[in-house]
Amino acid sequence: MKDNGKARLILGLVLAVLLVIPVVLKHRSAGQSSGAVRNTPEEAIARHGFHLEEVARKAGIDFIHHAPMLDHQLDPIMPEVASLGASVSIVDFDRDGWPDIYVTNSCLGCKNALYRNLADGTFKDVAAELGIADVNQPGTGVSTGAIWGDYDNDGYEDLLLIKWGRPELFHNDHGHGFTRVTEQAGLPPWINANTAVWFDYDGDGLLDLFIGGYYPEDIDLWHLITTRIMPDSFEYAKNGGRKYLFHNLGHGRFEEVSEKVGISSRRWALAAGVADLRDSGHPDLFIANDYGVSELYFNDGHRFHDVSERTGVGFAPKSGMSVGFGDIFNQGRYAIYVSNISEDGILIQGNNLWVPVDGTAGDAIRYENLARDFGVELGGWSFGAQFGDLNNDGTLDLYLTNGYISLDRNRSYWYDFSKVAGGNSTIIGDARNWPAFDGRSLAGYQSKHVWLNDGAGKFVEVSSAVGVTDTYDGRAVALADLWNRGVLDVVVANQNGPLLVYRNTVAPENRWIEFELEGTTSNRSAIGARVTLFWNRQQQIQEVSGGSGFSAQNQRRLHFGLGRAPDVARAVVRWPSGKIQTVTAPAVGQLHRIKEPE
Amino acid sequence: MLSLDNRYVPPVFITLILLVGNYSFGILESYPKTLLAIVTSIGVELILGRIFVHRWVNPVSAYITGISVGILIRSPASWPYALCSAISITSKYVLRIKGRHLWNPSNFGVSTMLFLAGSTVASLSIQWGNYLWPMLIIWALGSIIIWRLRRFHITGTYVAAFLAFALLRSWLTGNPWQSEVAPITGPMYQLFVFFMITDPRTTVQSRIGQCAVALAVASVEMILRLCQVVYAPYYALFTVGPAALLIETWIASRRPRTAS
Repeated sequence: MKDNGKARLILGLVLAVLLVIPVVLKHRSAGQSSGAVRNTPEEAIARHGFHLEEVARKAGIDFIHHAPMLDHQLDPIMPEVASLGASVSIVDFDRDGWPDIYVTNSCLGCKNALYRNLADGTFKDVAAELGIADVNQPGTGVSTGAIWGDYDNDGYEDLLLIKWGRPELFHNDHGHGFTRVTEQAGLPPWINANTAVWFDYDGDGLLDLFIGGYYPEDIDLWHLITTRIMPDSFEYAKNGGRKYLFHNLGHGRFEEVSEKVGISSRRWALAAGVADLRDSGHPDLFIANDYGVSELYFNDGHRFHDVSERTGVGFAPKSGMSVGFGDIFNQGRYAIYVSNISEDGILIQGNNLWVPVDGTAGDAIRYENLARDFGVELGGWSFGAQFGDLNNDGTLDLYLTNGYISLDRNRSYWYDFSKVAGGNSTIIGDARNWPAFDGRSLAGYQSKHVWLNDGAGKFVEVSSAVGVTDTYDGRAVALADLWNRGVLDVVVANQNGPLLVYRNTVAPENRWIEFELEGTTSNRSAIGARVTLFWNRQQQIQEVSGGSGFSAQNQRRLHFGLGRAPDVARAVVRWPSGKIQTVTAPAVGQLHRIKEPE
Repeated sequence: MLSLDNRYVPPVFITLILLVGNYSFGILESYPKTLLAIVTSIGVELILGRIFVHRWVNPVSAYITGISVGILIRSPASWPYALCSAISITSKYVLRIKGRHLWNPSNFGVSTMLFLAGSTVASLSIQWGNYLWPMLIIWALGSIIIWRLRRFHITGTYVAAFLAFALLRSWLTGNPWQSEVAPITGPMYQLFVFFMITDPRTTVQSRIGQCAVALAVASVEMILRLCQVVYAPYYALFTVGPAALLIETWIASRRPRTAS
């Protein structure tokens, strides 16, 4: 190289500038967040339109989740293998018009809780007296999630309990108690499941059931024959649990049809969600997998078709933890949010916000990940996330909980984790090869994320500014109007931590409307029914869900924020049966109970 | 016997790695980012070559740098791929002594990105899985090619030292030896041992010196690993490589004077 002093000097400056770029970008992105700001409730309401106050104790809820203690061969890495199980689901089990809360516990002998809403601002645990508390007995495994659906259309929501162990179906006896009907239903004796969802895949008016396995179903985590139970790859693992689709035959019986209808996967499912993504009238199934790519199945009413790669969601392997659907643009189409893992300098998967590519729809729909563009990409070791209009401004916001294992604040397991995760399958797949946790944290004590949708293509982080300051190891998030005030409150289930209830106070000028649907020809829970609300020359779609997020289920009713001075033109209900029902100019500030026309 | 010009064996091999990864594990989503890294790398090389050596330089080296960057760094954003390539190639033209660049370009680029852009970039690189056969094939092919290029002694020394130090770390920390050996069974190390530490432009010239440098890299890495530094191999090469070159340059500069 010829000596060219001046040019080299200039090039040296160019190199310096190049090196400074990432530092500048980091500072810029940090400056765009108001997440670290703490406001008084009045300031939060004035600036962001709402404030969340944690009121669990005040509301009579003192639930603490306990993680399982598995086979002693797993002791060195017990915090990691026993890191799941906290879940929350919202149900009005007694049909009194007030949402109740069911939460799971995960140690042998620990009790689950059903918090009945006493309609006076407080709750009372009635799980024991109704027979759904003592469900974590030795030999049956422990709870990891619960979803509610009226499988026999008798008007009362029944309980499907998933476990690392024996799944249980409890029939709701008109709100007065629960009867275990697992054997009659034909459920298998053991599934190590972390996700399940109720939906009527074939439109016969009976709720069917999807359950996603995590560990293989032949593993009893309390009596291991081998320690080779871990994923055989950090990003391409296919040695997880199988998937189940139980077709509801009526009369309380189910038939397992997954292979027959085209669902066969042994990826490590952590979350499943269902929504009609193509406006086809048939609910499609999205599975977020740990240690691998997500899976998307289009449903033609009879069979499921794996379109993961074709639609773009099934290429980049990550650690899918949660799946939620939201019409974030108020354009009548869903974006899909999948949470993953991000840790500065070690593992930057980034969460995914799958948005339909412009000009694609129906069977040809394709998705692109716009999480970075919208500001919802980095959420730490992310778990449950739910869309909901938290400030009633007319756009869907996003609540994300996170944090994996919070033990010693000053010692981290990340180095050992990354060391083994990158190794060969024969090493990573055997729990004995993993270094001992030894009291260290792994992505612990993380700040949560509340992202406000500004309606113009950006989400702004406001968590601590609106009162969310906890740093527990969050798992499940559920949204519900717990006290029938026209706002969405937030319930968070934490692993090895307390159940949190964030009571929402919203700026009164922001209006709302809610719909509670009841099917007749369709399943009575109305799961899969879609409401399209038209107001102020915009529209938003929402669908009644049989489970979403991570191990969670939101309230059955649909909540729409409307902003100030809304002019609501109509609400169009598309029932799972295909019937269309239009409600013209429904009154705002009210819950509308709508029954499917016979 | 391969008949390909030696200069083109490494790029063909690294392309093969990428294609195998793509074919086996569908890494297509990151393929545009890898392409961005390659195009940036070659583009910057051509421009700087034109300015500083007044000719269009052979883009083979830049191609290897670009493809290494594309495989080694992980980021949901695209800009880090372009920036890392630009930094890598630019460093070649700036950080020089006695006509030689001090750092392996991709080692410099990747190390600085990991250090400065940790919130956007990581390198937990397992794009083509944790499976045995791809690893064995790549190790076998890589060894043959490196042998043909007469640089196997560097790779061999480093691997032997790594394995010995892994056992030592296991003994010191009480961790299973498999967990200490695990990193070298991953794809990140395949690129590291075949392309980074063997780079002819940034290694010392004598055969014994090359082995000593490989041993020194493994030693520094061992210390960094005991301090739980996730990217220990990158940072070890980042520190040892230039130091070795400087020492060699210093020794060479003394020789004529001693002779006279």
